[in-house]
Amino acid sequence: MKTIDTPWVGRSILRREDRRLLTGAGQFTADLELPRMLHVAFVRSPLAHATIRGVDVSAAVKAPGVVLAMNGAELMAQVPPAPDAQLSLPSKWTATVQHKFLNPAQPLLAHDKVRFVGEALAVIVADSRYTAEDAAELVAVDLDPLPAAIDVEQAIGPGAPVLHDHLATNLIGEFAIAKGNVAAALAAAPHRLERRYVHHRYAAMPMECRGVVAEYERRNDRMTIWSSTQVVHWVRREAAHVLGMAETRVRCVALDVGGGFGVKGHVYPEDLLIPFLARRLGRPVRWIEDRHEHLLCSAHSRDQIHDVAVGFDDEGRILALRDEFTVDCGAWNTLGAGIAYNTAVHLPGPYKLANYSSSAKIAVTNKVPNSAYRGAGRPEAAFAMERTIDLIARELGLEPAEVRRRNMIPAAEMPYSAGIPYRDGEPIVYDSGDYPRALDEALTAIGGLAEFRQRQEAAREQGRHLGLGIGCYVEGTGVGPFEGATVRLDPGGQLYVASGACPQGQGMETIFAQVMADQWKVTPDDVVLGLADTASIAMGFGTIASRSTVTLSAAIHQASAKLRDKVFAVAANMLECAPADLELRDGGVGIVGVPGTTVSLAKIAAAARPGWDNARPEGVEAGLEETYYWEPPTVTWSYAVHVAIVEIDPELGRVTVEKYAVAHDCGTVVNPLLLDGQVAGGTAQGLGGILMEELAYDDAGQLLTGSLMDYLVPTASDMPDIAMVHLHAPSPLNPLGVKGVGEGGAVAPPAAIANAVCDALAQYGVEINRTPIKPEALVAAIEAGRKR
Amino acid sequence: MDVALTVNGKPERGNCEPRKLLVDFLREDLGLTGTHAGCEHGVCGACTVLVDGHGVRSCLMFAAQADGAEIITVEGLASGGALHPLQQAFHEHHALQCGFCTPGMLIAALDFLTVNPSPTDAEIRDALSAVLCRCTGYNNIVKAVAAAAEKMRAK
Repeated sequence: MKTIDTPWVGRSILRREDRRLLTGAGQFTADLELPRMLHVAFVRSPLAHATIRGVDVSAAVKAPGVVLAMNGAELMAQVPPAPDAQLSLPSKWTATVQHKFLNPAQPLLAHDKVRFVGEALAVIVADSRYTAEDAAELVAVDLDPLPAAIDVEQAIGPGAPVLHDHLATNLIGEFAIAKGNVAAALAAAPHRLERRYVHHRYAAMPMECRGVVAEYERRNDRMTIWSSTQVVHWVRREAAHVLGMAETRVRCVALDVGGGFGVKGHVYPEDLLIPFLARRLGRPVRWIEDRHEHLLCSAHSRDQIHDVAVGFDDEGRILALRDEFTVDCGAWNTLGAGIAYNTAVHLPGPYKLANYSSSAKIAVTNKVPNSAYRGAGRPEAAFAMERTIDLIARELGLEPAEVRRRNMIPAAEMPYSAGIPYRDGEPIVYDSGDYPRALDEALTAIGGLAEFRQRQEAAREQGRHLGLGIGCYVEGTGVGPFEGATVRLDPGGQLYVASGACPQGQGMETIFAQVMADQWKVTPDDVVLGLADTASIAMGFGTIASRSTVTLSAAIHQASAKLRDKVFAVAANMLECAPADLELRDGGVGIVGVPGTTVSLAKIAAAARPGWDNARPEGVEAGLEETYYWEPPTVTWSYAVHVAIVEIDPELGRVTVEKYAVAHDCGTVVNPLLLDGQVAGGTAQGLGGILMEELAYDDAGQLLTGSLMDYLVPTASDMPDIAMVHLHAPSPLNPLGVKGVGEGGAVAPPAAIANAVCDALAQYGVEINRTPIKPEALVAAIEAGRKR
Repeated sequence: MDVALTVNGKPERGNCEPRKLLVDFLREDLGLTGTHAGCEHGVCGACTVLVDGHGVRSCLMFAAQADGAEIITVEGLASGGALHPLQQAFHEHHALQCGFCTPGMLIAALDFLTVNPSPTDAEIRDALSAVLCRCTGYNNIVKAVAAAAEKMRAK
């Protein structure tokens, strides 16, 4: 029997996913080919807001190759809208947090009005995408234009055009949270600042767009949906509802998914419409979103306006902070309070705020719906808080790092009660960490603050503009309600784990094999995984919100513990000893301290079989499989400090990121190589967000950035090297001590870069309180500063 | 119309509409789904293949234009089960996450290293800016291409 050296957790194991993806053998949704499969194209609205007078598909139906063409009114008569508010909130939250929400329910195709450019008006099903698109051009759309609500503040002001007539308002959500006495503390503070921060609209932009394929089996009334989604169990739930089928008759599978980052983290109308068409036509149907459609109908994100008032003392200590913000949620609200509430509770970050309040307004506008994107409300929060800290430093003539240090929660005060409830309804308690140390480590990693100030001074004498900026955040990760694992030792002795977690490139097949290998003292190669398939486990939640490593590793741990008891009972019977005398070792079970007694897992599996000649002890049921649904007590808190050094070309307004450093802590690390990959990838997205990417609309609601020529995703030439420092404060809230890391990288870069740019241009008094940082705006700000 | 071409050293034929894009022809008519369509307007580079030795975006070319051409796709990189040095380096440097851009990235890198076998990091970045990756932040890709270049030079 081979000797197996554990633990595997903590090692940079190379990914098992790579080989298929490197050789063209991966299988993405668009790669799926089914017999007699039909193809879908949509007719989409050219107007932002209009009453639909008619959508005539009669010419399209007669076009060559077309099998079906249907408009929204016809569809509405057959299929209800998708149920709204997919992300439910616990009663603990609704009972604690003052809130008001209205829920417009999005139909699968627009039928009465169109509410954004790109909203689908009709669907064409044909024998190829080419012919479907030809026919789509034959659809006669008769729209009566309405004034559009584009600016979010005007949208909730008097006289604004209302999107959802039955609601009679565009203000569809409000909530408020508070601790301490903000008004009194602000009034009494020796210094006060008020600023408006605008965080613009940008998006996840995975390289694979969305896609859905569905096949209905009439023989047994079963539906299979292949969707490029992060949440297969949500798709199953909503599809079963809309199709009027039992959930157990619907299966959703996510094949290889080409990036998600949140944009695939909820159910879209197409996830439900494509299966409906497959059942109606009795043939497999597929829709593969093209990039233009993706920009026009897949969720956008960010897009918040914050008004912050802060009171502080002579030392820069914050005495009170009041935040009032508005979210431009586009035409429909898929995730309810989720993102805005993230913003409100994450704004205090790693700082002690005795008096804090945040109130949110969520408003609909005639734009693409706003949903989660890596960070999900946190980049906006970090931008507001971190800019405020730098402004306090400027006001008092202090070093921004020092103001942070004076306000940070010291390690000795961990765990720290923040005094406000999290989205799961539990009181927020930062569970572990050392924030000031992360700040010091990040500054050291970038070459030292004092060293930089010297270099900055020397550069300034040469007419060059260097700046250093800091961005800090804390992040609640691994949120509930649950994730499950089914762990099985199959009759052939193979270890198998299934879960509703859905990978999109994170390397889950590798890391959960590592986790399983430690649980069973085998090698990762000995483990087979079944992820992203509703057929593999009864209930699942999915991969959003930096949660899968936290929740699934815990579920695997617990399910394995349950199964181990049974495995030991069977092995004890075989070895004629007590289960307490046994240990797992080298791919089997043996008596502690007695070498040579190891029985392989395969033999134990054979012994546990149902039927003749099994070797189970009395009272032990046949089969070796256990399921455990981990319900996290609450979130665990990751944190990081990002530091950027930039150089500005004042003539061109160009920002070059010279150096970038990240010090972060996500507790126990399962795979350091993959962790670095997550942080680097998130950071790249954050840098793109602040410096390059923007979903821009004109006053009529036309998207001006409808291609990748207009929407600029960072390239290899745009990325700086990133120095990374890892801190390790394990979480006390789960068995492995892990914290989530998927989103963090994208949270801090906008704040760090804006602060660095302001630092570089301090002599001109430039303030960046609005994203993105555009060259033309920067040049104008420098010019204005020169004139002052 | 009839299209006859060589793909990964193997003669192939097909019959398609004149308007069919090369990327769709490779994927749908020849079943070579390793080449991915990421934007269909020539920006993202996921669909990059070699046509007669040169990197080409297969979403900007008709299948008919490839009649008689020799094409290399990601499926043609590994030989006899052994990964190409670029593929191996991508694996070892964690230069891919979701893997959707990877075929285009590999082919673009191969195209580039043919022209410039001893590149600097800056040259690698410049060349790879032809392909968009949303997962990795590129730095591991740059390292992988540099490592592969070294291996390929030693051969």
